[in-house]
Formats: sequence, structure tokens, C-alpha cells
Amino acid sequence: MNLNQLSVYLENKPGALKEVCQILAENNIDISALSLADTSSFGILRLILKEWEKARDILLEKGFAVKITDVFAVEVDNQPGGMCKLVETLDKYQINVDYIYAFVSTVNSKAVIIMRLDSAEKALELLKADNTIKFISKNDIFAEK
Amino acid sequence: MSATTFNPVSAPDYLPKEKLRELQTERMANILRRAYEKVPFYKESFDSMGVTPESFKNLEDIAKFPFTIKTNLRDTYPFGLFASPLSEVVRLHASSGTTGKPIVVAYTKEDLDVWQNAMVRSLISCGCSKHDLIQIAYGYGLFTGGLGAHAGAEGLGATVIPASGGNTERQIMLLKDFGVTGIACTPSYFVHMIEEAGKMGIDMRQLPLRVGIFGAEPWTPEMRHYVEEAAGIKAFDIYGLSEITGPGVAVECECQQGMHVFEDLFYPEIVDPDTLQPVPDGVEGELVITTLMKMAMPMIRYRTRDLTSIMTEKCSCGRTIRRISKISHRSDDMFIIRGVNVFPSQIETAILSEGKQLLQYQIVLTRTKSLDNMEVHIELTPEMFSDKVSEIEAITKRFSKAIEKIINIRAAVKMLPPNSIPRSTGKAKRVIDKRND
Repeated sequence: MNLNQLSVYLENKPGALKEVCQILAENNIDISALSLADTSSFGILRLILKEWEKARDILLEKGFAVKITDVFAVEVDNQPGGMCKLVETLDKYQINVDYIYAFVSTVNSKAVIIMRLDSAEKALELLKADNTIKFISKNDIFAEK
Repeated sequence: MSATTFNPVSAPDYLPKEKLRELQTERMANILRRAYEKVPFYKESFDSMGVTPESFKNLEDIAKFPFTIKTNLRDTYPFGLFASPLSEVVRLHASSGTTGKPIVVAYTKEDLDVWQNAMVRSLISCGCSKHDLIQIAYGYGLFTGGLGAHAGAEGLGATVIPASGGNTERQIMLLKDFGVTGIACTPSYFVHMIEEAGKMGIDMRQLPLRVGIFGAEPWTPEMRHYVEEAAGIKAFDIYGLSEITGPGVAVECECQQGMHVFEDLFYPEIVDPDTLQPVPDGVEGELVITTLMKMAMPMIRYRTRDLTSIMTEKCSCGRTIRRISKISHRSDDMFIIRGVNVFPSQIETAILSEGKQLLQYQIVLTRTKSLDNMEVHIELTPEMFSDKVSEIEAITKRFSKAIEKIINIRAAVKMLPPNSIPRSTGKAKRVIDKRND
């Protein structure tokens, strides 16, 4: 249910994103999901990668500011209302979301929601007890090659 | 170490006051005469003030003589201020002219000996001896830093490693493999070395390196603290400028409380930069220097543009030559933004106090319509990085506040990814002024 998300700090300027993507491409690292938080001066690229350790080492070596964060992955129905159900549950427990992004799993075509939650430990406890939430692990996301 | 052993070369540092004054007076009279007789520029400028070398009777009379400024060196480019024929000149150096022509300085054989003497005394003052291995990481060439420090270290009898600037990985390899104990370079380049050593997995504190002799650009006490902690060394400030001789005009001693001016060779005055009147000891003003021994190119009352003050208290190291306080800034580095005078060192102090470490930074000045803007670019370290936008924004805000607190105007702070600011192997370029582009 926990995934290791890799974040990279970028300057908000043309070419910054390309540099990181090129490095990943050259090293044959597949990106499963990504989100880019952008502000007027900087961006934070957040990546879900099967080979996050390899990517981290390479990017650190290249001088990037890189951080590994625990994020939660939950599965929702890939149909109208699927996301809404999840947010209703979060709302029920007054859980605040730092950020959220989604993608479709290539393993089972389910919608996968990646979340970083405020007060993560307490939130996890509450959500685990609630059987409407389906946490998933890396095996549900990364296809065997 | 033999740092405590007295080296006779340093004897002039300890001259009794009266004896020093006598020497200065005699040398001053000679140099005024030489300048007046050999250099048309000085004859004209003395005449225009209604003074001749005979107007000088005691040291205080120097205040009657005209100043020399950098423009005078440019206007007489290349050899116009020489007092010796080229047959007597054995070396030329030139400053990197950022605008227009460089300025050229000349040395006779005797001048090089005097310079070497000043540098040897400087190194002794920093606790170096012939038992040291000294790496010279100032650039060698037209810039006076490399060859000046080199001659000093060699004159001291130390083992000299003429590394010159650049090729940082090799510099670090030499430091480590040779067991270098002293290094001379710009403080900003040394900070870069610490960074690079870290990347190479080398902890500078574990190396035999114990002394850093840093100069050629102003640096803050906070930076000293950082460098001393991060590299496990004692960091000394050395002062000099090509127009006067090069490095070795003034240097700190083991007390690290101000720099002793080798005033038997270079006579210092402090004047109010606006009125050009001498200010009392202890009051900050512009440092003005007269070279007492420079044969090829005497400098009479040269305005250095450096702001400092003369310290009157006796130094506990025992030297009698006077000290100037650490040069906080060069008036040339000052920029004016929205009517406020700002020195890069003020920004540096703010960044150090907030960041608790020496982060790479650059000040970028731009103009939109008629409004001046100042952006301070600071490199984020991997440790400071967070995947949350709000945390980066909070860091940005803290730096912005710290800067505003010191200079009283708002600066837009931009946190850059690591390694985005170009590193210099010589003097760091802290200000990028795009206002007239």
C-alpha cells in the first residue's frame, strides 16, 4: 500500500523536464505515473517508478535534488463516481490531502490514485479500518517484464 | 609546529612605533620625489595641487598630496605611470578589465623582492613555515594572485605546489595525496572545493590541511566560520591589489582580528569617500595606500575603493604594525536598487544566517519599464528539498524575509536546483546586472 515516490526539483524553465526524462530514457527506466507541481519559479516532478532506487542513484549522481517519499496507492473503480467515493471517505475522517494524482494500471485496468496525506500515520489507521478503501501494493501496479 | 619560532624576516612587523614612523617618513619622502621626477602624471597632479616633494616634512603632510584613482591607470595605459625604463622592469601584470582596457602594473627586480618579502611575512603571520606544503590555487598569469603567493611560499622555504586555479578534482587529489597543509586561493573557490570533495566522498576535515590563506575578494565572518568548520582548518584573510603590489599588502595573524598592514612598505590612510578628508582611527572609510618602496610604478595615495577602518588597539600577537578591520565590502561591488545602497556581502550574511550554511547564490538585477528589480537566486541543497510545494515556498519566504531584514527592501528569492549557478575558480561573480541590456 506504500509506494516509494521519487521527486525531483526543477527550475521552471524550458528544457528542465527534458533533462530528467532523457536521463531516465537513457537508463531504460520506465515511468509508471507522474505528476508535475508547477509554480512560477520552480517545479516538483513526482514519479512512480518500478526502478526507483536505480533512478535515485543516477539522478543524485547527476547532481539533482531528489527525494523519496512514502505515498499511498489505492484502487478505485474506473467508472463515474469512482473517485468521488474515495474523496467522500477522506472527507468523512477529515483527512487532508497534500497532493493527489491518478493513472490507470496496466496490470488490471483499474484506476490507481496516488496520495500523499497530511498526518499520514493517523490517516492510514483510519482508512485501513474503513473497508471501502482498497490499498494496493507495487505488485498491482508494476507489470513483470 | 614552528609557527611560534620567530622568523627574522618578520622583524619589521614588530618595530617600535617611533622607529617605524622614522622609516615611513624617510621612504615616503623618497617615493614622492621619485614619482614627481620620473612620472609626468605625478608632476602635473602635484603641481595642480601646489605641492612638491619638498612640501612633505612629516607623515601628516601626505594629506596635502593628490589622490590617484583607477581611471588614472586606464588613461595612461599601458606604460604611462612607469617610473623606471622598461630595461629595469622585469615583470608586468595586468588586471582583468571588466570594462575597456585592463590596468597594467610593473615591477623592477627590487619590487619583486619587496613583494616577496611582504608575502613571506604574510604566510608567517598565518602560521606557515618551511615545514608546510602550500598549494597555490590562485590563477597563475597576468593576475597577481598566483605568482605572488607562489613567490611568498617559495621565499618562506615551504614546499610549493603550483596548482593554479581550476581542475577542482585534481586540486583535491593533490591536497590528499601530497598531504598539503596550507592552501592559498579565493574563499569562494575553496567553498567550491569543499563541495566537490564531499561529492568525491572526501571529508576535508580528515586531511592534513590546516591553514587557508584566502583573499582577492571580500568575505564575511560567517563564511570564515563555515569554512573553518567544514574543512577543519584555520582560515586567514589576506588583502592586496595589483595597483599596490598584489597579495600581501595586509594579512591577519593568529588572533584573526583584523589585518596587519605591512606599513613599512605600504602606507595606509582612511578617508571619507565623499569628502576625501581623513577620518579618525576606528571610523570606516575608504582605504588609501601609498607604496613606500615601489620603484617601477609608485602609487601615491591610491584610492582602493575598499571600505575599512584602522584599528588602534594593540594586537595580542605582539606585532606593532597597525591593523585594518576585515574588509566588509568593496565600494565597486556596491549596487543601488530603488535608491538603496546594497553590498553583496549583506545578502551573503542574510543567506548564511537563514540557511546555516554557505549556499551558492547570485544576485540578478533587472529592469522592467523603469522599475528596478532584484532577484536573489539561491541553490537548494538536496537536504532542503521537499516534495511539497508549500515547504519550498516556506523556505523561499524565510530567505526573502532574512534579506529584507538586512537591506530593508524586498527581494524576490528564487530557489534553484543544485549546481545551477556557475562556479568560479577565481573571484566569484555574485551580481548579474541586466538593467542596461
